[in-house]
Amino acid sequence: MNRRVVITGLGVVAPNGMNISEFSTAIKNGSSGIRYIDELNKLNFSCQIAGKPKYSKDYLNNYFNNVQLKGLNASGLEYGVIAGLDAWKDAGLALVDKKEDPIWNAGVIFGTGILGVDKFREAIYKVDEGNVRRLGSTSVIQTMASGISAFLGGMIGCGNITTTNSSACSTGTEAILMAYERIVSGKAEIILAGSTSDSGPYVWGGFDSMRILPRKHNQNPTTASRPMSATASGFVPGSGAGALVIESLDNAIKRGAKIYAEILGGHANSGGQRNGGSMTAPNNIAVRECIEQAIINSGITANDIDVVNGHLTATTKDINEIENWCYALKRKGKDFPYINSLKSMVGHCLAASGSIESVATVLQLKDDFIFGNINCEDIHPQIEAIVDKEKIPVKTLSKILNIAAKASFGFGDVNACIIFKKYS
Amino acid sequence: MTNEDLLSKLKTIIEPYVQNQEGLQNLSENTNFIDDLEINSANLVDVILDVEDEFGIEIDNDGMDKMLTVKASIEVIQDKLASK
Repeated sequence: MNRRVVITGLGVVAPNGMNISEFSTAIKNGSSGIRYIDELNKLNFSCQIAGKPKYSKDYLNNYFNNVQLKGLNASGLEYGVIAGLDAWKDAGLALVDKKEDPIWNAGVIFGTGILGVDKFREAIYKVDEGNVRRLGSTSVIQTMASGISAFLGGMIGCGNITTTNSSACSTGTEAILMAYERIVSGKAEIILAGSTSDSGPYVWGGFDSMRILPRKHNQNPTTASRPMSATASGFVPGSGAGALVIESLDNAIKRGAKIYAEILGGHANSGGQRNGGSMTAPNNIAVRECIEQAIINSGITANDIDVVNGHLTATTKDINEIENWCYALKRKGKDFPYINSLKSMVGHCLAASGSIESVATVLQLKDDFIFGNINCEDIHPQIEAIVDKEKIPVKTLSKILNIAAKASFGFGDVNACIIFKKYS
Repeated sequence: MTNEDLLSKLKTIIEPYVQNQEGLQNLSENTNFIDDLEINSANLVDVILDVEDEFGIEIDNDGMDKMLTVKASIEVIQDKLASK
């Protein structure tokens, strides 16, 4: 019998909510966090809207000390530290005193795609001007990918694995899965898992150039992100961070922690960029295999799944994804589980998407609701042909839920799927 | 600039990096940044860059190597100010 693994803390920095309480209210109400960004207009972006967390610089004083704040210019680091420390606190855990030993059985697995691009830009200008001596100590720690796990691990005082994973848009889901496996194997009791993604033109520019972002919604930002809709025209770039404290059930019970949900299992794989898979498109066989293995690994059947939180970015690939879910679950029409996509409200938060969306999925299980898909009144006919319309709610539903599946897919033809269950 | 003025400016610069507040209260010419103030060695370079900004000087590698105590720092800064 595997060790049971549960979630005991949550934190989030999302375009539509700066903490769990705001975020929970926002997703229940269908509040969009997508807005017009003037900077993108000035830089001649075709897509001038994005999902970007909103807060004043003063807010950072609650999380960073004066030295850490000096020269801080790494949005992903800010989001990740806020979400991570909030989750840690939410789990009822304390920061270790500087003079004490670290917590040997607690670690951090916090992913990102790229960290501190604005800081890196600063550094590049200085280096090119022949002024490398002026970089100081902040350049490396804010731009190394593992800066986020290093900051969190140091602030908390973690003595177990402290690392940053990276697998494009499946990063966040993969981090949670890695944390789960670390705990199941008995190598750790607590892992702060999550992911973060920088905001700004240097992160989003490449996607704009690939012409996969919507171009006709700059005047109407909140209707731009349209997963599963017939009028979907690309994903809206987003940013933020999600964090989950993953813990062995034994340890959680021992310290009397509140429990949000249980992780039953999951799977990560790759399509190897074969059989139709490529750097940017998924191998459908691998996607199905990933979902099927996650179900087997969790000791459930496909029929046990009440709700699916998809990857569903609002491109033509949404149809493909729904077909893959139908195939893997062997369920369609009215028999298909409820399905939703958080991206309708926050856009595609890239490396952070998996963790932010997992936070939303866990909240649904805890509070018995299925958040509505905004901007999906006009379901794509090819999707409606295989999944009954009532299974794609456009308004939030109250439903007693037991099991939720969450999947993320990323560039490089990589997949990750997790099965969450209400704790009982 | 007198050494007293310089010391007071230096104190303001190093304050955010100091991890031993007692050491800061007892700041004297003989104070060592790492041993007495527990400034993280990686932050010493930031202290020096802040000094450059404050006094409008540029400190070369040899000067940087010397700036481990208050006394040595004041000497390096006075030297650079004099040759400005």
